[in-house]
Amino acid sequence: MSTADEHSVVPATALVPVPPEEQGTAAPSDDEARWRDAFRRATSSSWAVSIGAVILAVLAGSVMIAVTDPEVQKAAGYFFSRPSDMISAIGQAVGGAYAALFRGAVYDYRADDFATGIRPFMQSLTYATPLILAGLGVALGFRAGLFNIGGQGQMLASAAAAGWVGFAFDLPAGIHLLVAVVAGAVAGALWAGIAGALKAYTGAHEVIVTIMLNYVAFYLLSYLLATPGLLQAPGSANPKTPPMKDTALYPKLFGDKYALHAGFLVALGAVVVIWWLLSRSRMGFTFRMVGENPYAARVAGVDVRRKTVEAMLASGALIGLAGGTQVLGLITTGFGSDIDAGIGFDAITVALLGGSQPVGVLGAGILFGGFKAGGSTMQASQGIPIEIVLVVQSLIVLFIAAPPLVRAIFRLPQPGTRPTKAAKSAKDSKPAPSEKKGADA
Amino acid sequence: MKKMISAVALSATVALALAACGSAPDDEATAGASGTPSASSSGAAAASDFKACIVSDAGGFDDKSFNQLSFEGTQKAATDLGAQFAKVESDSSSDFPQNLQSLVSENCKLIVSVGFALSADTVKSANENPDLEYVLIDDAADADFDGKTDAPNIKPLLYDTSQAAFLAGYLAAGYSKAGKVGTFGGQPYPTVTIFMDGFKQGVEYYNKTKNKSVKVVGWTGEEKGSSFTGGFDANDKAKQTATQVLDQGVDVILPVGGPIYQSAMDAIKDSGRDVALIGTDADLFQTDPSSQPLVLTSILKKMDVSSYDAVTAAGKGSFDPTAYVGTLENGGVGIAPLHNFESKVDPALVKEVTDLQQQIIDGKVTVKSYLAK
Repeated sequence: MSTADEHSVVPATALVPVPPEEQGTAAPSDDEARWRDAFRRATSSSWAVSIGAVILAVLAGSVMIAVTDPEVQKAAGYFFSRPSDMISAIGQAVGGAYAALFRGAVYDYRADDFATGIRPFMQSLTYATPLILAGLGVALGFRAGLFNIGGQGQMLASAAAAGWVGFAFDLPAGIHLLVAVVAGAVAGALWAGIAGALKAYTGAHEVIVTIMLNYVAFYLLSYLLATPGLLQAPGSANPKTPPMKDTALYPKLFGDKYALHAGFLVALGAVVVIWWLLSRSRMGFTFRMVGENPYAARVAGVDVRRKTVEAMLASGALIGLAGGTQVLGLITTGFGSDIDAGIGFDAITVALLGGSQPVGVLGAGILFGGFKAGGSTMQASQGIPIEIVLVVQSLIVLFIAAPPLVRAIFRLPQPGTRPTKAAKSAKDSKPAPSEKKGADA
Repeated sequence: MKKMISAVALSATVALALAACGSAPDDEATAGASGTPSASSSGAAAASDFKACIVSDAGGFDDKSFNQLSFEGTQKAATDLGAQFAKVESDSSSDFPQNLQSLVSENCKLIVSVGFALSADTVKSANENPDLEYVLIDDAADADFDGKTDAPNIKPLLYDTSQAAFLAGYLAAGYSKAGKVGTFGGQPYPTVTIFMDGFKQGVEYYNKTKNKSVKVVGWTGEEKGSSFTGGFDANDKAKQTATQVLDQGVDVILPVGGPIYQSAMDAIKDSGRDVALIGTDADLFQTDPSSQPLVLTSILKKMDVSSYDAVTAAGKGSFDPTAYVGTLENGGVGIAPLHNFESKVDPALVKEVTDLQQQIIDGKVTVKSYLAK
């Protein structure tokens, strides 16, 4: 069981025949199955869909850059008199924008030497670090059928914990870092664990609970930051912590010239560990069983409640590591209540784009890190509003998640499947015999 | 697919048909603009290789407050100098280092950092790039409190707004019929409380000279017991705070902190009473026409003027890293005209305020603040 194929599409239900007497109470309704199917499809898109979504979103972004560019607008006014003006204006606007994105995210070809030119790529990897870690956390939740939308709250809780250890304690180098990182992971895990426990034992939906916990974390941190003697820097009236002690910082990987710190290695390590967990371990297999079909998992002897809590704890711990890299690697001069920098939500996109696969999350995280680094250069050199990058990111989510959702809303069949009589009666194309039986019952 | 193509074709045709009405500008007119390689360097760019750049804090350049004023001043200076200009808006504090770095890579000669939140990152960037010049708004860039900026190439722009708030406090105390005036702030930053404290001192000065007892609600002289909304958003919390202050019977209110004046306006409308509003930073009467029936005056913090001056000086090669402190004397802070309230305020009171301004400039009346020497 523990060496089950990662890409197995056979639903767990097919392996385990459901005893008829259990169906009366435990069988999922047609609606529920339909939505769970949509969720599963949206969160496990294939790499081809992901790449297509990125390309489409970038194209749509180009259109927006062209339309909002004042030179293009001017030239469009007399398009028929001299069409070449508009075409060259579009070329300049869009070409300039993506050239700036490349310069800010990958390699600055204007720089004098290679060491300076590669700096943007290092910056992209630095921004990618928390996105990869938090993306893994969200992806792990997805695989277990949980939508952890509380990344912001978990980031804030973990940043507060890791930051507090980072500036308030005197420990030897190395140990200090380790303690701070672990404190962050534990805080993130506990914050997510609250939502997991509420879901498992009261049925409260994790989306609602995690969103609410975001607010709790934000206002709690704001209070801690504004109260002298807690997280606020002594002698200052500003809601900001003191700087971290040097012993608690992630060491820089390639010297002070580059922002890249050892947190990136942690992220790479986490990719390997989560890959192993999901595809090679018993625990990961049970997570996936619960994600595919909790009813079948329960029948097969999996303690679904326990797995829900465990999955949320693991998800929160990963996001907690991300919060740790923010305060111990990126913003080491003290932080305020916006330390999460929207990563908790960006991580959802990263997980979607990565198809909830660890390696996919790694790629998606680096891509988004590049967007973040390059977006700043796009603004500085071409005057393109930072919102364009945000729009491209949002469109990626839309292109990936929308098709399964729209199909679920309008009860449309999955393309490529023939609407047979059986599928019609179940109004669901997914070949899951036990579910259909349940629906008909 | 076919349908989609025809839909796209149709909309393109419509767009082009609309575009057909225009006519191309003369070749000579466009030669200047299209001759330069990119849009950002078009226009008068060739005149100078100086490049003025600005980075905002999380508020963005459209905050009707310090980001916007500094942006306007910097942009105007760049235009007048014929220099290049670039801007970067920050979404959160984790963007600051990268945004500063982008501007350095874009060959900016001078970088304006708006707000104390950018202080640490600006110092770092300034030390790494000693041949560039930096202007930091609202912070002395002095994290070690040795009285000097932490990098020799940073010019801090500071504003002793307590002097202008003092005048507003005096005016409000004289105007108030209820004998109570109020204030509240966003968060207890020094740049916020300096307004509230100057206001309070002005009221107290009025009481002393006139032997009256006008009370100040919302600011006790320290953070404890004073009214703050906890943020700089015009939200329910801000409105509640404004209502709490209004409920204590004040008929003049001074909200300090960007857009929270909007919440104060809502609260005034709800109360149904006749309460005058005092604006901050810019002349609220001009920046927000909807406030015109309510605005008694505004406490001006002329970041547009001083950032313009600093950028212009740097553009002409005479960058001076000495800290600038805006005062009533040098016109860096001030009090706005009364506009609609001109007829409602006793002319004698207006004259007293004008005299008081001169007395502060002459040093006969002192206003305490963390910036006053």
